Amino acid sequence: MTNKHKIQASVYHLFVCVLGLMMIYPVLWMVSGSLKNNAEILNGGMNLIPPQWRFSNFFTGYQGFGGITFQTFFSNSFFVASVSTLATVLSSSCVAYAFSRVSFKGRNIWFMSMICTMMLPSQIILVPQYIIYNKLGLVGTYLPLILPHFFGQAFFIYQMMQFGSGIPKDLDEAAIIDGCSKYSIFTRIFLPLLKPSIVTTIIIQFYWKWDDFMSPMIYLSKPRMYTASVAIKNFADSTSTTDYGAMFAMSTLSLIPVFLIFLFFNRYLVEGISGSGIKG
Amino acid sequence: MNELKTNWKKILYHNNTVGYIFSFPFLFGFFAFTLIPVLVSVYYSMTNYKLGQSPVFIGLENYRNLFSDDRFLNSVKVTLIYVITSVPSKLIFALFIAYLLTQKHSGVTFYRSLYYVPSLIGGSIAVALVWKTIFSRKGLANTILASFGVPKLSWLGEPHLAMGILVLMSVWQFGSSMIIFAAGLKEISPTYYEAAEIDGANKWQRFTAITLPCLSPIILYNLIMQTITAFMAFTQAFVITQGGPNDSTNFYALYVYNHAFKWSNMGYASAMSWVMLALISIITFLLFKTSKFWVFTEADQ
Repeated sequence: MTNKHKIQASVYHLFVCVLGLMMIYPVLWMVSGSLKNNAEILNGGMNLIPPQWRFSNFFTGYQGFGGITFQTFFSNSFFVASVSTLATVLSSSCVAYAFSRVSFKGRNIWFMSMICTMMLPSQIILVPQYIIYNKLGLVGTYLPLILPHFFGQAFFIYQMMQFGSGIPKDLDEAAIIDGCSKYSIFTRIFLPLLKPSIVTTIIIQFYWKWDDFMSPMIYLSKPRMYTASVAIKNFADSTSTTDYGAMFAMSTLSLIPVFLIFLFFNRYLVEGISGSGIKG
Repeated sequence: MNELKTNWKKILYHNNTVGYIFSFPFLFGFFAFTLIPVLVSVYYSMTNYKLGQSPVFIGLENYRNLFSDDRFLNSVKVTLIYVITSVPSKLIFALFIAYLLTQKHSGVTFYRSLYYVPSLIGGSIAVALVWKTIFSRKGLANTILASFGVPKLSWLGEPHLAMGILVLMSVWQFGSSMIIFAAGLKEISPTYYEAAEIDGANKWQRFTAITLPCLSPIILYNLIMQTITAFMAFTQAFVITQGGPNDSTNFYALYVYNHAFKWSNMGYASAMSWVMLALISIITFLLFKTSKFWVFTEADQ
């Protein structure tokens, strides 16, 4: 019996490992491609180990294009992603507090409106938003990428409300008896206890903004202001014969922050994904 | 003076005041970034508007033109094909992996992370470029074919193959559905399975009689979310196929993008966005409607 179980377990692990390897193969191929030259990438087949470790790809890639290095592009991405993330956390936690802890007139209508915006595909309002930003003269600045985050993100508000419903209301009542106002309940009780949900928001929002391609491509016109994702696309298009090694090197570099988040905050990421649809 | 102060305090600490102060960010954002753009877009959809020129009101002409625009009708068709092929395949695969990775074995948590990697980075421009390279004429896919003695294929030059690659890439990003399924599978009470096992049900019977019905609300959720996402597919088609060959992957979002930002037909693009919203709403509504035939709630059990 135990032997049979052992065999079953081995077959299971073998199958899961092989399938898993197949799944992440393209990613591994990109990382190994960052250390190969064009010929080795195109003719090297499935081989993952570079015949020669060409770290020089990272140096050539880092030079960027038009005299602008990837240093600039990465700091642009970092700027946009971190400001947006900070703004999202601040605004969304305030709104989540209002919707879940304060009973005010019209709360249900506004809550329903929020649920509706969550269902509304963002691309539907892409065109009119662009027209409005264009009229305001904001196209070509970072504002269209950052500004909306100061006004709460429905997805994260909803998630914080879900989490916040687990914070006992007795705490609020006890605090009121002790002389706390509704404002200090937010800063002293709600916000500190919301911490796990805030961490989830930070990592998911940061990683979404870091990866975002469409909005920066539409709104940014000066190469000096490009975020890394737009820069990589331009880098791939800019030369007639693409330097695949350098392109993969910069692609790999651009994914490092995402991988770091994944490694260190895996639990929060998984909670964010599964918590969005169902409780528990 | 004192009375004024207490009055002011009363107002400041009143629930309505507190509520509106804290929800102000959302209210402002809702009007400025959602409602106004939506209303504005109703107007622009009835105009002929190129950026830099003033809009000319033309009534419903944009909408009428849409239905005689062959490229538009084709983009609806290919988007529907993409949705209908990619979403079910992705969900079945996600469910299979979720089932596999919720079995009682060591290391399943690690495996779930490993299988999530494609979704983690799949939407990024970096990975889209990798796929484009893999399926280029001299790329990895053809090298593998050649090693089996199969002649090279023009992956991105053949309409069916190009579509197939985009579908494959979408299925490959099954991670979030898988995690949501896995969370749902862990919720199913083991007593159901034990009872079924005593009754002599085999694995497949247990899966169809217990797992699927218990999971059906989550299947519906994933189905709707993935359908909406698939309708919006943009980056992959934009980078890998550019809508080609012969418009065979000219997805809706890509066609809207081209009209709006390449050819500056803001009015036409707005009209297209509205038709898209109508289409998505109808499909979501229909999915909800069918759900009463196949989604089981606690009460039914």
